[in-house]
Parts: sequence; structure tokens; C-alpha cells
Amino acid sequence: MSAATAVRWSEGGSQVISEASGMFGLTWLLIALPLFGAIVLLVGGRRTNSFGPVLATLLVGFSFVLGLVLFFQMLGQPGEERAFNQSLFEWAPIGDFSVDVGFQLDPLSMAFVLLVTFVGGLVHIYSLGYMADDPDKRRFFAYLNLFVASMLLLVLASSYVLVYVGWEGVGLVSYLLIGFWNAKPAYATAAKKAFVMNRVGDIGMSLAIMLMVTTFGTTAFSGVFAGAPEASSGALLALGLLLLLAATGKSAQLPLQAWLGDAMAGPTPVSALIHAATMVTAGVYLIVRSNPIYNLSDGAQLAVVLVGVLTLLFGAFVGTAKDDIKKALAASTMSQIGYMILAAGLGPAGYAFAIVHLLTHGFFKAGLFLGAGSVMHGMDDEVDMRRYGALRKAMPITFITFGAGYLAIIGIPPFSGFFSKDKIIEAALADNIWVGIAAILGAGITAFYMSRVMFLTFFGQKRWADETHPHESPRSMTVPMILLAIGSVVLGAVLVIGGRFVSWLEPVVGPEEEHDFAIPVLAITAIIVAVSLVGVALAYVMYLRRPVLVEAPTGSVLTRAARQDFFQDAFNESLFMRPGQYLTRFLVFFDNRVIDGFVNGSAAAIGGGSARLRRWQTGFVRSYALSMLAGAVLVVGVLVLVRL
Amino acid sequence: MNPENYLYLATILFVIGAVGVLVRRNAIVVFMCIELMLNASNLAFVSFARLNGNIDGQVVAFFVMVVAAAEVVIGLAIIVTIFRTRRSASVDDPNLLKL
Repeated sequence: MSAATAVRWSEGGSQVISEASGMFGLTWLLIALPLFGAIVLLVGGRRTNSFGPVLATLLVGFSFVLGLVLFFQMLGQPGEERAFNQSLFEWAPIGDFSVDVGFQLDPLSMAFVLLVTFVGGLVHIYSLGYMADDPDKRRFFAYLNLFVASMLLLVLASSYVLVYVGWEGVGLVSYLLIGFWNAKPAYATAAKKAFVMNRVGDIGMSLAIMLMVTTFGTTAFSGVFAGAPEASSGALLALGLLLLLAATGKSAQLPLQAWLGDAMAGPTPVSALIHAATMVTAGVYLIVRSNPIYNLSDGAQLAVVLVGVLTLLFGAFVGTAKDDIKKALAASTMSQIGYMILAAGLGPAGYAFAIVHLLTHGFFKAGLFLGAGSVMHGMDDEVDMRRYGALRKAMPITFITFGAGYLAIIGIPPFSGFFSKDKIIEAALADNIWVGIAAILGAGITAFYMSRVMFLTFFGQKRWADETHPHESPRSMTVPMILLAIGSVVLGAVLVIGGRFVSWLEPVVGPEEEHDFAIPVLAITAIIVAVSLVGVALAYVMYLRRPVLVEAPTGSVLTRAARQDFFQDAFNESLFMRPGQYLTRFLVFFDNRVIDGFVNGSAAAIGGGSARLRRWQTGFVRSYALSMLAGAVLVVGVLVLVRL
Repeated sequence: MNPENYLYLATILFVIGAVGVLVRRNAIVVFMCIELMLNASNLAFVSFARLNGNIDGQVVAFFVMVVAAAEVVIGLAIIVTIFRTRRSASVDDPNLLKL
């Protein structure tokens, strides 16, 4: 314990950050292992085709094991001394300002390390089966490894600049993997769309970093959080809003939500790992990590809550109308992250539950996506749920694991989603009755659309073509699904009962606030579950009792709007893309005509002038002599005149 | 005799030389006209020395002679070279540097 520094952040947690020693000195290895795999696979080229995918999987496995070891070491420390700082080297010293490459391992990043390496490892194993016949398997695994490394860098970084490096890294890999089958133009477009919309959010991040440099003179967590109480409220509000903008881009929240649905163009394991379990939750991490800033700015917190509530309802409504199983799950992801963002906006009352929901969601949503991938695998890559039906007999393991995820996400006790979502809704109700009601409504719609997915896929009549032969997936795919299903069942109870996770996270985000209710908490829980059951019942009536049409009916105005994601693309197109195109067209015109005209015009004027001046140079010696004489006479004449 | 007459003579010689330089094409004649101008100025210098009663002008006249001698050497060399390559001593012919 050398050079330990006690950090106490206003209203936030307090933890003693000490230099990493012993096992904790290996923190860098967590990132280095998958990064090494990515480099070997990308640089090694075709030579690594045979062993590359297995190597990549093993490296992520090693990372997970190392994470587990560090986790148990950390458990051995007293609560406030569970933060470790490892400074590797000085990256960019500029005068008084310097950026260090350093990692901070504390309970918050530990939770992410375990989630990312565990789910990441399972998705690697699953991909061994899912991508078995893909000719580009090696490239796929290289990107997956690169993703795990970037994500770990994001959550382990000890300064915002380094977070930004990981932030951009996961964005890049997301782009590469959405467009993995980029031979299809639509997929390549989806990748570009995701990248561009993420860039909009990233501007928020970079502006926030610049603001930190001018306000605090540093971007290290410790410096920024220590300086936050002295900063002006305007600066804190701006920081909060800019970081929120970054979070909305990465986490597909309003107003930057439009890319997530199209991102489903990527292979399904990618949707499970990047666009459900980990990368899209980076925004939640950013907000929770920046809790000392948000605690001091009510305005920023209000904005976070608003974004969360609007997105959770938006995603839920979109989810009810989608017939593409992956797009329905993507809308659900958006909605669930809305819950997390909402919880993160509630301040110390919600930070821990945002992360709990993030962890449970990471398990059940990854399980659901892997299940969807398994269904697609057996159904010749059909994604339209209206062409599924009655698959529970054909795919029993997929059915059971998907069912566990389903019960978890709609919040049926004692599945994990019940604990995490219930706590968020309670905290929301305590904060503001309308926010709480919106969250309960969202839970009801969640139950409806997830039941719809479940019924359309596994129950009812078979609606697939006769030449399709649905079959259970290979062992490499079912084992990760089973493990994630187990997590979906027990994780919530393990984390929430007895306040285990809340006290685990307390050093980072501060103690949970107690809230008082007019009615007993058990009644609230009962209401939430009842609303969810109403949603299930509605879906039962609409999609199980009545026959399901293979071709989607036209539907009401609302259904058509939801199917079109409430015209998000048309909105973005008319509000940003078209004016942007007009602006660039105008600028091109301005550049061609006005600026180029001025430059070319002056060049032509000088050229023409010199052509005329050239005529003076006759080449006749005698004319030069005459001009010399004339000059001499002129000089003498002037001299004489001046003398007079 | 009035010393100013020498100055008039020098002026006349200088003008003759200058006009010769401007109007004649033959390089040798142009050269001779330059010598004429130099000697006209020499005459003026010497006259001023006489008028002012000191020897400054005479000293400068010597310098001019030295310069003139050097100039003759280089100038004639150039003229001979041009004559060899172009078979002409006209000063209007060597205008190759003109674009």
C-alpha cells in the first residue's frame, strides 16, 4: 500500500486509490491478451486460419480467468480500499498538462471486466459454431478480440482521454462487424450509418474532454472529480450534457437512436455481444463513472432522466411492431438501456441499480440474441417471426434458454430482470410519480412485445415452408446459451438480495438513498408484476388465440408508424441529411466559383500583365542602351533641379 | 583661353559618343563610341581639376583610363567570340535571351 491517496468526492463515494501491486499489477494483461490475439490474427493473415479462432477464444478465456482472480483478490480487501491505479507510461506530456496511460481497477470497472470477458468469452465459443462455415471466420474473430480489448480499455481507463481511445475502438469494431458481410450494400450502409451517428455522439465526448482540460487542467478521473465541487455550475451542466450526448450516441438513446435497428445487419453473435450486452451500455458506464459531475448538476440529471424515459417508451413501442426477430430485440435493447439511463439520472438512488440492470440485461439479452441466432441458424437465416411458429418441439434447448431470457426481461420473479427492473422503477417512483408511471408502462409494453416474440417464434402453428427443416444447434452454440440462461435466472437474486451489489459499488457511487413511499414497497412490486402480466395476456390474446398471418397486415396508423421506427430516418433525413447536403453543395459552389474564381482571376491578371511587360524586353542592345541613357539623364536632371 | 571651352568640347564629344552607341549597329564602332564617351568625361575631369586648382580630377582621370583599358580587353574578347560564332559583328543580332 504505497502512495495511497484517499479520494472523497462530493456526495459521491469515497475510496482509497492505491498503486496497483501484487496481482493487481497484472491489470494491463486483461487488455493485452485479447489485443495480442487481434494483432496475431490480423497480421498473421491466412496462416492463422486453422488455429486463429480457437486462439482468440482461449485468450478471452484467459482474460476472464485473470479477471476472476483479481475479483477474488479484491473481495479480500476492505470496501474502501478496493481501488487500484496502475500508471503504465506518460503518453502525451505538454507543458503542465499531461496524459498518462493508466488503468483504474475499482468495483465498477471490475463488474464490467467480468461481464465483458464472460459474455465475450461465451460469444466467442458460440461463434465457433455459428461462423463455422464462414470463409472469413478468422477476420471475424480478430475483430471480436479487438472489441474485447477496446471495451476493457474503455472501462479500465483512468482518464477520460483513455476512455475516449476505448470509446473510439469499440465504435470502430462495431462498424467493422456490422458491415462484416459488406458484399451486401444494405449492410455496408448500415455500418456507415452506425459509424456516422456514433461520430455525432463522439463530438460530445471530445468537447467534454476539451472542457475538462480548460476547467480542471486534467482529464484524469481523480483530478476531474476532485475539482468538480469548485467548478462553476455552468461548466458542470455543460459537461453533463456533453457526456450525455456521447452516451446517447453509443447507447442508441434518443435522439441518436436510429442506428441500432440497422446494426442488426451484423452477424448475430455481434448483435449479442456488442449491440446488446456490452458496447451499447458504455453510455451507462460513462454516466455512472462521471457521477461526481452529475451529482452536482440537477439540470444535467434531469436531461439524463428525460432521455431515459423517452427512449424506454420509444424502444418499447417500436418493439411491438417489428416482425424481424433481431430488430424486435434491438428495439428492446434500446428500451432496456433507456431504463439504465433513467436510473443513472436519478443520482445516488439509481447508480447501483443502473449497473445491476446492465449486468442482468447483459446476460439475458445476450442469451436472447444467441437464441435468436440459433433459431435463424436452424431456419436457413429466416428472420421474419411470422414465418416461424411452433419451434419449441424442434429446438427444445433454444426454447428453454430463450424462455429463461424472456421471463427475465419481462420481470417475472424470481428471474433476474425482476430484481433489477423493479428496483429501477421503485427509485423512479420515489423521484417523480410520472417518471415512475412511464417506467411501469414501459414494463407492461416490454412484457407485451417480448411475449409476442416468444409466441410467434415458439408457439402456435408452424408457418415455415416445407423445405425448411428446423433443427437444434450444435453443442458449441447451445452451451453458451445454457450458461447465459443460468445467469438470467439467478444473477438478479445474487446481486440484489441483501443489497450485495449496492454495497459493492458504494465506494464508487456513494451510499444508496432510502426512499419513502405512501404505499408499501411490496404493493408497488405487485403492481409492476401485474402490469407485466397484463401485457403477457394481451399478447396471448392477439398472437396465440388468434391465428397469425404470414404476411403482415397493414395495421393501424400507429402500427405502421412504429414499424417505420416512428419515421426516425425520414426525420433525420429531412432535418439533418438534406440541409447538410444543401450546405455542402452550396459550399462546393462557393469554393468553385468564388474562391477559385478569385485565385484563378488573380493568377490570370498577373500572367496577362507579365505577358504585356515582356514586350518591353526587345532583345536589342541599343534599346537597352537608350533606356540606360534616358535613366541617367533623368537622374542627372533631378539632381540638377534639386540643387537649384 | 577660357577653360569652360574645354567643358563644351567634352560635352560635344560625350553626346557624339552617346548618339554613336545608340545609332550604330557595328559592335566595333559602338565600342569606339564608348571610348569616346569615356575620354570626354576624362577631359571634363581634367578641366575641373584645372578650374578648381587641385588634382582630384586628374586622379579620377587615371582611374577612368585603367577601367577603360580593362573594359577594352573584355569587350573586344566578347565581340571576337560573338563574331566567330555568328559571323557578324552587329549588336542587333545577339538577341537570343529574348523569349
